[in-house]
Amino acid sequence: MQVRVQTEDFDPGDVIHDLGNGRPDMGAIVTFLGLVRDMSGTGAVEAMTLEHYPGMTEQSLEAIVAEAEGRWSLQDITVIHRVGRLEPADRIVMVAVASAHRGDAFAACEFIMDYLKTRAPFWKKEETPAGARWVEARDSDDSAAARWKERGQA
Amino acid sequence: MKVLYFASLREAVGTESENLEPAADVRTVGELVAWLATRGEPWSGAFAAGNRVQCAVNQVMARPDTPVSAADEVAFFPRVTGG
Repeated sequence: MQVRVQTEDFDPGDVIHDLGNGRPDMGAIVTFLGLVRDMSGTGAVEAMTLEHYPGMTEQSLEAIVAEAEGRWSLQDITVIHRVGRLEPADRIVMVAVASAHRGDAFAACEFIMDYLKTRAPFWKKEETPAGARWVEARDSDDSAAARWKERGQA
Repeated sequence: MKVLYFASLREAVGTESENLEPAADVRTVGELVAWLATRGEPWSGAFAAGNRVQCAVNQVMARPDTPVSAADEVAFFPRVTGG
């Protein structure tokens, strides 16, 4: 299990290659790679700056990963999230999950992203021709995270 | 008590952290927010109802009824937008 919060870019191929450290019983690796988009609602986004809460960020990501490990049978997980100034098409987040079977890996990868978007202390500020603005949280992200809770309680 | 502010809330109050000695009857996050608002602007505006300010106590997400004490690190911030 690995959680990284960093300003520098990363190579998704390296992340996949390193997952599970070559253990022979891995059957599936599912990855999510998030990119910076140039449009967000109104107007073009020239760049964005990601602020975070050092310490709590790592702690919350580790808690989300631990929660996923408790719900599914997983062999390895890497979560990387970049902070600082990013431009459109830059990689911003990657989640890679290894498991014996694809079902657990798919579910855990989606769960980690849904929880990350509502529980990890990151904030995006976009630069646009009209000036800088903080990105507003979306209620749809709360609903995406809430469905996992419902499933767990069922 | 160490109080931190992040993102738009940091800009609204004009500082990223301050050391505070809240009133003795401040025992929860909700009571701390109410006490901060009594300091007037910019806190009263930043913590106005409807801003949906979130809070973490000692780097763990907190609720209005979460206890706070002098030794705690309490952070306030807008809803998160990572990913």
